[in-house]
Amino acid sequence: MSALLETRVLTRRFGGVNAVDHIDFTLEQGELRCLIGPNGAGKSTFFKMLCGLLRPSGGDIILRGEKITGAEPHEIARRGVGIKTQVPSLFDGMTVRQSIELSALRRQTNRTARKSAMRLMESLTLDKLDNSVVGSLAHGQRQWVELAMVLATDPELVLLDEPTAGMAKDEVERMAGLIREINRDHTLIIVEHDMNFIRMIARKVTVFNRGSILAEGHIESILANQKVRDVYLGKGRDRA
Amino acid sequence: MRFQSTFGMALMGGAGAFLIFALPRLVEPFVLVDLTVYATLAMLTMSLAFVWGYCGILSFGQSVFFGIGGYVYAVGVLNIGDSTLPIALAIALAMAFAAMLAYFMFWGRISDVYLAVITLTVSLIFFLVINSTSGGEYKIGIVSLGGYNGIPGLPPLNLPGNPDRAFDFKEMYVLTVAVALASYFLLCWTLTTRFGRVIVAIRENEVRTALLGYDPRRYKLAAYVVGAGFAGLSGALYAATGGLINPDVFDFAFAAQIIVSVIIGGLGTLAGPILAVVGVQWLVAWLGKTKITDANIILGAIFVAFVLFAPAGAIPTLRKLAASWQARRRARRSKSAEGIR
Amino acid sequence: MDLALIVAIEVLYAIASLALISIGLAIIFGMMRVINLAHGEFLMMGGFACTMLANAGVNLWISMLILAPLIVGAIGIIVERLVIRYLYGRLIETILATWGLSLFFIGLASVTVGYFQMGLTPPFGSIRIGVYSEGVYTLVIIGIAIVVMLTVYLFLRHTRWGLIARGTMQYPNMAAALGVNPNRVYAVTFFAGAALSGLAGAVLVPLAGVVPTSGIAYIAKAFITVISGGATVIAGTAAASVLLGGIDQIVSFTSSPVMGEAALLLVAVILLRFLPQGITGRFFRSAL
Repeated sequence: MSALLETRVLTRRFGGVNAVDHIDFTLEQGELRCLIGPNGAGKSTFFKMLCGLLRPSGGDIILRGEKITGAEPHEIARRGVGIKTQVPSLFDGMTVRQSIELSALRRQTNRTARKSAMRLMESLTLDKLDNSVVGSLAHGQRQWVELAMVLATDPELVLLDEPTAGMAKDEVERMAGLIREINRDHTLIIVEHDMNFIRMIARKVTVFNRGSILAEGHIESILANQKVRDVYLGKGRDRA
Repeated sequence: MRFQSTFGMALMGGAGAFLIFALPRLVEPFVLVDLTVYATLAMLTMSLAFVWGYCGILSFGQSVFFGIGGYVYAVGVLNIGDSTLPIALAIALAMAFAAMLAYFMFWGRISDVYLAVITLTVSLIFFLVINSTSGGEYKIGIVSLGGYNGIPGLPPLNLPGNPDRAFDFKEMYVLTVAVALASYFLLCWTLTTRFGRVIVAIRENEVRTALLGYDPRRYKLAAYVVGAGFAGLSGALYAATGGLINPDVFDFAFAAQIIVSVIIGGLGTLAGPILAVVGVQWLVAWLGKTKITDANIILGAIFVAFVLFAPAGAIPTLRKLAASWQARRRARRSKSAEGIR
Repeated sequence: MDLALIVAIEVLYAIASLALISIGLAIIFGMMRVINLAHGEFLMMGGFACTMLANAGVNLWISMLILAPLIVGAIGIIVERLVIRYLYGRLIETILATWGLSLFFIGLASVTVGYFQMGLTPPFGSIRIGVYSEGVYTLVIIGIAIVVMLTVYLFLRHTRWGLIARGTMQYPNMAAALGVNPNRVYAVTFFAGAALSGLAGAVLVPLAGVVPTSGIAYIAKAFITVISGGATVIAGTAAASVLLGGIDQIVSFTSSPVMGEAALLLVAVILLRFLPQGITGRFFRSAL
């Protein structure tokens, strides 16, 4: 079975620095992959190239066997990629319901979009907020709204950049459960820092560092990997 | 987020009914002519309110489509002799030009400010070029473009297919007001469709809208072309009402008048700018008559004052003030109910 | 051969006058990110100030090169303190507010001076080049333009004030932390831009006359030159002036001055389509 998503020597330069440095990455259909790594490792830049927000400086991105390198964001979105960005990108002037309906409208009619939006709001327990203006919501709530908007377009590949940022512990658990459920018929890549959360959901983990893939494997072997520990705790520090 | 308040629509509907059925019995015919001109300006301002306030496209040169509509009507009606086709051509050519311009701008990822600059410059190019077409050699068909004098002697609209049955003042008035009203409700309705909602979403957050799979360039082009169509129609009606079109419709001052009306009336409403442009036009005409002072001084001062103190526009600012006043009253009332001094 | 020289002078004059009318706006836009649509009126007021003073008996050169700039500069400071200062960072609002100011000043000028045209005779007469004659004053203007551009460049590059101005424009908070008062820098920079506009307006009166609506004729060209040039003050203005001024003049020769101006605007619009940040957004980026 060919991979759902593949990158070949994908690179992005900023000035003199390779934020993403010749990365070869493969993702199978139905996977739930976590991307971890210290700040500045290139994870968000990688994501932005996958969804078309940034043009790669070199290399290729292949989705379902077709090259989408350098395609416009809306073209990539139409091919079934949805992204929840690191800083929630929302319609601050609209209500929660209007935002989610608008997302659903892309593939549905007015009537069915309204119903799908209702269903989504209920499953994400946003229904009490449905007439709240998005701009007035707390950070954690905004994350849920953005997630709903992404899911409303029913994308095959879901990219989540730090979905639990700003969430309380019980919300994190709820998110983990939701992600496992989404994984039943979607493929996901999740960028995260919260190790407990990753343990709740992860199977395969890819570790980024300085624009390259440092290690890749099952969560337990990654956590035991000395190189990974060095990178997180700082190289060359005296260890007790 | 208000797509269009029901209050605004009711107001427009009521005002429209009054204007069409009651007013003609109450005033002299020449007042009706003035009001007809106001109606065309209201349509133009509405088109800018739609394109700028709702779609976020800074079309500072929106009046260029008004001018194109007026000139196409003029050239058309004097060449053809019947007004029906020229009106259609006015709308079509304005929209075609808008499509070209939009493709040029939106596919080039031109940002806000430069959009404003470019559209304004295009208007100025038209002004300069047409202004210099004095002299009989600049003709389209049998019609001289006339340079800075413009094209006079334009016949009013006639019944479609019957060039001898021209509309009189009252009929032009009713027709124009009805068209303006219909445009208002049409634009309101457009904003409730999927197209309208995507357009507003693009203004709110273009990146997010693209990430949901909508192509912002196509939607913006469509919105811009729609706005240009209304502007072009209003320009043609303006020419038909006054019997004259000249390059002044392409100049900075006219563009400024429309823009300041949208600012005063408020970005994000359709009704506000309509009231504002009527007010501004009336003020300009009144100052011209009474010669108290140069209209530019007052217009300029109003412009600056609004940008500094009420940049969201008169109606939205009033709304906000009203809302915060109500909130303070409620807080005070609940405090006194609890016996707090 | 003589014709070639005349053509060259005319082209240089077109470039020089374009640069002169744009440099004030470029300083304000490049340094403060403010788009001042009242710029044309600064030119107009400089023209009127110079003309009225010269007609009242003040020495022409003092009126033109010292008094007119100072007067318009002072008006600039007033405008900056009363209006512009509340709108920093809001580019669209500055366009709108200064547009309002533009209308206001036109109205004010119309009411105080009247709607008629004023003028001055060009000093120095003309020289013969073969069978043609060219006004000496044309060459003077070319010279003034060069001097002005050089002065601004040297000032920004090599003086302490220039350094402070550049630093404050880039990082006002940092400059404040170092003891510089950003508000004063903004006011002085706006003064400089306005004064240079006044100078340009005054200098051009002998050849172009002045009327309350003169600013309208200037603003489009100046505006589009500055935006086409990009954010870099000297290099941008120079590059755009050469390109657009040259095209204007060449088309004017083959067709008419109005077509020349239309061509200038058209080329600029096309340029902006492909270089949205202006010429110096892509080339000469690290220049001043």
